[in-house]
Amino acid sequence: MATESSYYVPEQSRLPIFATIGLFLTAFGAASWINGGSSYIFFAGALSMATVLWFWFATVIKENMQGLNSDQLKRSYVWGMGWFIFSEVMFFAAFFGALYYIRTFALPWLGGEGDRGSSNMLWDGFQNTWPLMVTPEQAVAGDSAKVVGPKGIIDPWHLPLLNTVLLLASSVTVHIAHVYLKKGKRQGFNLWLGATVVLGFTFLFFQVEEYLEAYQQLGLTLESGIYGTTFFMLTGFHGAHVTLGTIMLLIMLLRSVIAHHFKPDDHFGFEAASWYWHFVDVVWVGLFIFVYVLGA
Amino acid sequence: MAHGPKPGFTRWLYTTNHKDIGSMYLWFSFAMFLLGGCMALVIRAELFQPGLQIVQPEFFNQMTTMHGLIMVFGAVMPAFVGLANWMVPMMIGAPDMALPRMNNWSFWILPFAFAMLTSTLFMEGGAPNFGWTFYAPLSTEYAPPSVTFFIFAVHIMGASSIMGAINIVATILNMRAPGMTLMKMPLFVWTWLITAYLLIAVMPVLAGVVTMMLMDIHFGTSFFSAAGGGDPVLFQHVFWFFGHPEVYIMILPAFGIVSAIIPTFARKPLFGYSSMVYATASIAFLSFIVWAHHMFTVGMPIAGELFFMYATMLIAVPTGVKVFNWVSTMFRGSMTFETPMLFSIAFVILFTLGGFSGLMLAIAPADFQYHDTYFVVAHFHYVLVPGAIFSITAGVYYWLPKWTGNMYNETMGKVHFWMAFVGLNVTFFPMHFVGLAGMPRRIPDYALQFADFNQIASVGAFLFGAAQIVFLFNVIRTVQGGKKATDEVWENPEGLEWSVPSPAPYHTFSTPPVVR
Amino acid sequence: MLMGLKRLFAFLTLSALAPGAFAQEAAEKAQEGVQRWGVNMTQGVTEVSRTTYDLHMLIFWICVAIGVVVFGVMFYSMWRHRKSKGYKAAQFHESTLVELAWTIVPTLILVGMAFPATKTLYDIYDTKEADLDIMITGYQWKWKYDYLGSDVSFFSNLSTPLTQINNQQAKTENYLLEVDEPMVVPINKKIRFLITANDVIHAWWVPDLAVKKDAIPGFVNESWTRIDEPGIYRGQCAELCGKDHGFMPIVVKAVPEDEYHSWLSERAEQAALIKELTNKTFTFDELYERGKKVYNSACAACHQPNGQGVPGAFPAIAGSQVATGGMDSHLSMVVNGSPNNPAMQAFGAQLNEVDLAAVITYQRNAFGNNMGDTVQPIDILNFKNK
Ligand code: HEA
Ligand code: HEA
Ligand code: HEC
Ligand code: CUA
Ligand SMILES: [Cu+2]
Repeated sequence: MATESSYYVPEQSRLPIFATIGLFLTAFGAASWINGGSSYIFFAGALSMATVLWFWFATVIKENMQGLNSDQLKRSYVWGMGWFIFSEVMFFAAFFGALYYIRTFALPWLGGEGDRGSSNMLWDGFQNTWPLMVTPEQAVAGDSAKVVGPKGIIDPWHLPLLNTVLLLASSVTVHIAHVYLKKGKRQGFNLWLGATVVLGFTFLFFQVEEYLEAYQQLGLTLESGIYGTTFFMLTGFHGAHVTLGTIMLLIMLLRSVIAHHFKPDDHFGFEAASWYWHFVDVVWVGLFIFVYVLGA
Repeated sequence: MAHGPKPGFTRWLYTTNHKDIGSMYLWFSFAMFLLGGCMALVIRAELFQPGLQIVQPEFFNQMTTMHGLIMVFGAVMPAFVGLANWMVPMMIGAPDMALPRMNNWSFWILPFAFAMLTSTLFMEGGAPNFGWTFYAPLSTEYAPPSVTFFIFAVHIMGASSIMGAINIVATILNMRAPGMTLMKMPLFVWTWLITAYLLIAVMPVLAGVVTMMLMDIHFGTSFFSAAGGGDPVLFQHVFWFFGHPEVYIMILPAFGIVSAIIPTFARKPLFGYSSMVYATASIAFLSFIVWAHHMFTVGMPIAGELFFMYATMLIAVPTGVKVFNWVSTMFRGSMTFETPMLFSIAFVILFTLGGFSGLMLAIAPADFQYHDTYFVVAHFHYVLVPGAIFSITAGVYYWLPKWTGNMYNETMGKVHFWMAFVGLNVTFFPMHFVGLAGMPRRIPDYALQFADFNQIASVGAFLFGAAQIVFLFNVIRTVQGGKKATDEVWENPEGLEWSVPSPAPYHTFSTPPVVR
Repeated sequence: MLMGLKRLFAFLTLSALAPGAFAQEAAEKAQEGVQRWGVNMTQGVTEVSRTTYDLHMLIFWICVAIGVVVFGVMFYSMWRHRKSKGYKAAQFHESTLVELAWTIVPTLILVGMAFPATKTLYDIYDTKEADLDIMITGYQWKWKYDYLGSDVSFFSNLSTPLTQINNQQAKTENYLLEVDEPMVVPINKKIRFLITANDVIHAWWVPDLAVKKDAIPGFVNESWTRIDEPGIYRGQCAELCGKDHGFMPIVVKAVPEDEYHSWLSERAEQAALIKELTNKTFTFDELYERGKKVYNSACAACHQPNGQGVPGAFPAIAGSQVATGGMDSHLSMVVNGSPNNPAMQAFGAQLNEVDLAAVITYQRNAFGNNMGDTVQPIDILNFKNK
């Protein structure tokens, strides 16, 4: 076991430069694709990115198994993951902030209230409501408006409520899994982690269901004014994070089932994934309250 | 582990060594400084006389935008990260950065991100032309197609910054040698710790705002369009929530550098160490609640206007504490004026001037007259050029002998200093005047009454630019050889970095030093 | 250590007192010079602009005073406390007392500044009880003025000729600060401005009035002024708004009240006249000549005076598919704007029928586009009503 006094500084590594190229191709490819070019670069980039990450994690795991990682280095991983999650929190904060600003300031002004209420003279007939079913443009231009509000919105007490229960439950199951792991009971760990993954996929299934309903029946889309905008951007980014979190947990499960990774006192890979999962859960609670319940 | 660098260029591609990575950051930053500087020279050349001579307005706007972006994200930020890479592990007695491979990744993203950004110059419709602040809807509905590439470049560059910042936090909190308590850390380490927090907190917000732009442009959302219930001003709030802390990201590490240099050349310990730490933390805290001072004219309710005015004014207090502490450190010292000290003294004076104009801008009703004029341009160049750039330059001269083992040429250093000092004041001081007299910023052509001062400013810009060639030359000469530096380099300087040989061995502190 | 601090204290107090005494006198002298050289903020012609100016000078002198103290101490030690003079360094490095002092004193100074600033701000925000409302709309790259409660409404374009900008002709006195139609307002009346924009953000700024307010598309901002003296006051757009941001000046002509009223009724008559002209049939030459003028003021900024456009940004009119194709698509492009690119605005709302007919006729026949056809104002009206 390595001690404090000899910190393991890894040898030269090819991983970062390949990761850079992968990231660059992904970003450049995404931009060209969106601008009407072909999608090949993007997919090539994403694929290489995934490959590099695979090898990168494999290396880190191998190093740890060889006992190269000192406690100090492990603490560095802990700090790293913690602050990464904080940065994700700030990313969501930007979108929650936008929602707050729109509801507290922009829409009342457009509707003729408050300091900039004279704005309403540009949008004759527009009324501030939330959810916003009639956009300012629609209030003025009627049917010829380009941005048309939704016909209906998602009822928070059906699918979203179910999803809330699912996700909260999954936070509990992942915690139970952790407890089993710390006790060294692999069977229980695998079982409860498996349950978490299933809950994650179920959540995503219902999320897709909900989106289909929104698009096909409610006319609630990204393009249906600021309600659709904030609704889909917040729930969409959350959904993307759930997807990532589920994949992370799934990998942890496979590592445990197939390769018998993780020891009762050394399993930071799993812990990091579970923190991430709790974070995703907390964001969902915020969403449920601010987007679904207070939005209906 | 005790061996030296690998031969060949793969050393740089695959390296996990904080010194290698630090050097690459610094060279990259300098390259970007020259590129951004050349764009500034295009701007100054066009503004040499009224009328359109050299470039058309479209291209002028692209130059302004790219100049701002490249200087901020390509020159100043990477330079500070480079210095952190070199110095933080050495200052706290760590063998390397906490996460060395990620460190390499953070660096190599940057050249690719900026290649992507500059490539927009050659795209149809031209490069981004909406200012470095890219206000919607000019940057969304009305933007050239290259805006998509700009957005993704910002994304990956932000990823680089966040990873870099996490690395620095982990290094500082986790890798200190035994005995190196928090309140014993050099101020450069302290300021960087706080800067790293700022970065982790605001870079994701920048990512958020460019994502909103992307969605508005390509996927029909209405964040910034009133027609769908959004608000263009929302963009500005989110942007400046990132943007204002960003400007302190560009100055806090500078405070740290200067706090290391002044005591060395005054031969007297830094005055008020702990108050310096608290002041830095206060500035960082305040920086989150002042963002709308960039938006006094957007028509905020008066309550908002007053809140942001008062909060902004308050920043003068902790910043003042810093200035007073530096001055007290010099007071009754035994001063010599080597190049790093010259740059540091100029930093204190000229940054304070920039701070004063900042304070004037903070007074909302007066800002109605100053806003978006060259008075603002003068303000931020005073805090950025003799602020950020001078501190970086001072740091490079100060630590170069430690890095290379050779002394730089002092005469050339002094020539560099005086050319830069004169050049920058000739460039940026007159901008206060034209600004007050009513010249708006971001214009390629101007009314006749502004002609004289603009001419002077343009001459100064070329002088300042020429000074940088002297700098480059001096650095290259020192890297190649020259008078050998002692291990201490200066007379009795403080800090662990001076306890290792010059040049610092490829791996320092494979066993932690003991700090008392 | 104690000695050092004491001396520091003494020095600080001394240098703090000195500038105070001189400041007043110096201020007056400097003010004169500064005004003549055009290096300072204008005092302007309204109460608000003068208060703002005073506020500006107040903070300025406070900063100067602080600067004198801080830099005074600094230069003093740079002069006295240098190694080359054999000065031995003291070793003091801490004092809670001074730290407190230089936290509290600046705070008090700031509080002192905040009072007048707050008061001025309240004044500026008081848009109530105006005598006259003018709606100001920023367009890429011109201003539109609507005198609310009357029919008067017009665009105000830069009138400096391109030949001056491109250095083919000597620049005249008000280079870049002159417009075809200034905004005319009465003096001694409280005028409320309702400021908005049609496309991107602009900012309406006239230094002499100390009014600068962003024009935000979709929102209306309010501001006000009351001008003391008749005169012509010039300003510029103060928010980056695209290519010709530097070329959208503002000219305010302040006149006595009766003069204002006669101007207003004259403008109202003109508006009525144009309405009549809509039914008239024009000859090709009349349309072509008028169209050329309209083109140069409304279209040339993008499509260029020679009709060649700017590659990659603005298409050429010369040989354009639209301008040499079917009339309907040409009408639609100009009247309704481009469906693909918001830069090509809907000019139907900006130009009257006569000017629209003229400019379309011109585009179809200028720059080597020899369509030989004309379109009449009445056709435009019919197209709009379709
Ligand atoms: C390194 C970067 C940096 C730094 C440190 C600062 C520091 C400050 N800035 Fe600056 N600022 C910018 C970079 C920076 N700024 C940039 C880039 C822009 C323009 C962005 C754009 O639009 O493109 C800008 C714009 C800007 C504006 C908006 C102007 C406008 O667009 O209308 C304002 C308004 O309040 C402002 C204020 C301040 C203040 C109050 C400080 C304070 O921190 C200064 C504090 C320092 C002092 C005051 C001096 C020392 C103090 C004493 C000696 C104590 C005693 C003093 C007193 C009691 C007065 N800045
Ligand atoms: C850290 C940031 C930083 C730095 C260092 C600089 C450095 C300089 N800036 Fe910068 N500037 C900004 C940040 C910065 N700027 C920002 C954020 C904006 C706002 C953008 C916006 O509005 O969106 C801006 C805007 C801005 C404008 C206003 C443009 C406008 O409003 O239209 C001007 C005008 O003069 C200007 C000039 C200069 C000059 C002359 C330098 C000089 O210091 C540059 C010196 C460097 C060199 C000259 C290059 C090195 C030398 C060579 C390559 C050798 C060859 C040269 C010779 C032989 C002479 N800048
Ligand atoms: C702010 C810039 C701007 C101004 C001012 C402007 N245009 Fe345009 N114009 C454009 C742009 C951009 C396009 C391209 C639209 C597209 O791609 O659909 C265009 C396209 C056109 C076309 C079609 C050309 C083609 O072949 O596609 C015509 C005709 C035209 N404009 C006429 C006018 C007239 C008439 C005026 C003045 C009354 C005018 N434009 C003013 C920006 C402008
Ligand atoms: Cu309109 Cu700038
Ligand atoms: Cu700021």
